[in-house]
Amino acid sequence: MSGQSSYTPQSPLLQWLERRLPISGFVHSSFVVYPTPRNLNYWWTFGAILTFMLVVQIVTGIVLAMHYTAHVDFAFNSVEAIMRDVDYGWLLRYLHANGASFFFVAVYAHIARGMYYGSYKEPREVLWILGVILFLLMVVTGFMGYVLPWGQMSFWAATVITNLFSAIPVVGNAVVTWLWGGYAVGNPTLNRFYSLHYLLPFVITGVVVLHVWALHVVGQNNPTGVEPKTAKDTVAFTPYATVKDAFFTGLFFIVLAWFVFYVPNYLGHTDNYIPANPGQTPTHIVPEWYYLPFYAILRAIPSKLIGVIALAASIILLAFLPWLDTSRIRSANYRPLYRQFLFVFFLVVIGLGYLGSQPPEGGYVIAARILTFYYFAFLLVILPLLGLVETTKPLPNSISESVLPGGLRASAASPAEAKR
Amino acid sequence: MNSRCGIVVIAGVLASLAALGGAWPACAQEAEAPPLQHWSFAGPFGLYDTAQLQRGFKIYREVCSTCHSLKLLAFRNLAEPGGPAFSEAQAATIAAEFQVTDGPNDKGQMFQRPGKISDYFPPPFANDQAARAALGGALPPDLSVIAKARAYERGFPWFIFEAFTDYQEGGPDYIHALLNGYADPPAGFTVPPGGQYNKYFPGHAIGMPKPLSDGQVEYTDGTPATVDQYGRDVAAFLMWAAEPTLDARKRLGFQVMIFLIVLTSLLYFTKRRVWHAVHHPEAPAG
Repeated sequence: MSGQSSYTPQSPLLQWLERRLPISGFVHSSFVVYPTPRNLNYWWTFGAILTFMLVVQIVTGIVLAMHYTAHVDFAFNSVEAIMRDVDYGWLLRYLHANGASFFFVAVYAHIARGMYYGSYKEPREVLWILGVILFLLMVVTGFMGYVLPWGQMSFWAATVITNLFSAIPVVGNAVVTWLWGGYAVGNPTLNRFYSLHYLLPFVITGVVVLHVWALHVVGQNNPTGVEPKTAKDTVAFTPYATVKDAFFTGLFFIVLAWFVFYVPNYLGHTDNYIPANPGQTPTHIVPEWYYLPFYAILRAIPSKLIGVIALAASIILLAFLPWLDTSRIRSANYRPLYRQFLFVFFLVVIGLGYLGSQPPEGGYVIAARILTFYYFAFLLVILPLLGLVETTKPLPNSISESVLPGGLRASAASPAEAKR
Repeated sequence: MNSRCGIVVIAGVLASLAALGGAWPACAQEAEAPPLQHWSFAGPFGLYDTAQLQRGFKIYREVCSTCHSLKLLAFRNLAEPGGPAFSEAQAATIAAEFQVTDGPNDKGQMFQRPGKISDYFPPPFANDQAARAALGGALPPDLSVIAKARAYERGFPWFIFEAFTDYQEGGPDYIHALLNGYADPPAGFTVPPGGQYNKYFPGHAIGMPKPLSDGQVEYTDGTPATVDQYGRDVAAFLMWAAEPTLDARKRLGFQVMIFLIVLTSLLYFTKRRVWHAVHHPEAPAG
């Protein structure tokens, strides 16, 4: 997505089009000759996987929407009708529901990679912030989608989450009534959630375009965190990155297919096969697994208002990582201390996820408080201080030096030549 | 010196996990875990056993349907592939044994007529209130998706293995256990009036009286007429009712898996070949 392309299509028709709308030149410069660092590992394939999952979700979602009825009296049965009477309806629904889970698997891997290799650092701050916005949009979209089948967990999740806004001083209750479109979660709530659940994926698509645009301006980070210096440090996007992304997307899809075809309800909650009943609260209200760490943070704090603030802060703080992290070195490979604290941070998030699935009592609450403390201490205290005191390892001079044992060899064929 | 800091932090996390361990006994349920049964539809290649579904349907028809509705099932489903495999004529005969409310007719009145194959199973009670009134306050749940709406938590770490061992039969295991779980209450347990003691029901006081006893439903194929067997058969039938597309799903799944594995392998070798020159710049391409 950068600058003028010198690309000239071969077909006369495309040449005609190119003079009027240089779209093939744009695709050629952005997705064919675009240089990518030669040392990217498989953690860099999750961007492609996420794009692919977005398409899967939109395609399955649009077909599901053709058969779904957004009404409290019919929603549950219309989902069951999709499962029973629509041709391959079970496949569409299981793909969409498990696809949402795997969308989050991929986004967590993508975020973790960004944190490990310092991909948020100058000049990639805007790229990173757009990513945090995308994650927030995904969280909201996923939550609204979970409400649509109108089972017990759908209804009570909607009740619990919308009620969080009542913690806002003075206007809280008015805001909640406004969100519900009434004085309880009901038909207006379901209808607007459906409308927004259909809208937000297209907003996500728009922000993805910005995200990719920003990426193509600043270029990809890489495991060394050293910017590419010569042509020998990079390879062309196609075929190198394309085929690598395609392979790993295939692997990812095998795991997704295992869930869709063999354990389709494993990631769901059995209570969501009970139709919504406002008169009966489930024993434990739990969100989908991908929200559990944040749910644990919410419940770890005794004050509702502060709990909600902590919940919001736990995600929004990520947008400030470029400034919270004071180190000039990007990659954790060269930051021994940061690396350890970061792995603990990842363990803490997984631990919070487990605690979020358990009842908020006894030792669980104590553990959740300790882990929540670390979560925020890592972002607000450890990160800023580490950059000032840490002794880092020496960086390689260039990407090719780090991957080729002999460094830059005179005989090393440049990738463009090597393609033949 | 640097790494010592990290060790302190890791110790802190371990300490909080130890606090977790302290919470474990508190959450240990007093309810017994349902014994795991062998199901024909378990595993990646498991499909429904047609004869078992027919026996299970017989139990639903003769026993459960007195109180429990099956609203999402139509008589035509009984003749669809991947189910109990009744013929269309058999399904129509079964349908005709039920009275279905239809209408309004030309005079504006609702009327009763024998069921047709396109009808859904009529509920035993006109509405929930009628059911409660007839059954002493207890509301029998609809059984259409009950096999997916019930399970039991095997807890950490089992739930991690279940994703890979393909354990999806918590619902049928629970139903079978529940039907076999009627027992005398242990000393000190007071069963509320109108309730029964059941080992596997959450809270143990269940409103449903023991529905099945040995020999109650006649089997013509030599299968033992025991509550244990009845429980298994009706649980299998209810699993089919909840997931009538399971056979189609597993068949398609196998094809998709083969396709994806072949495709991904080809992509892997393509990737290796494409990247060969990048990884080995001194060697000739290819």
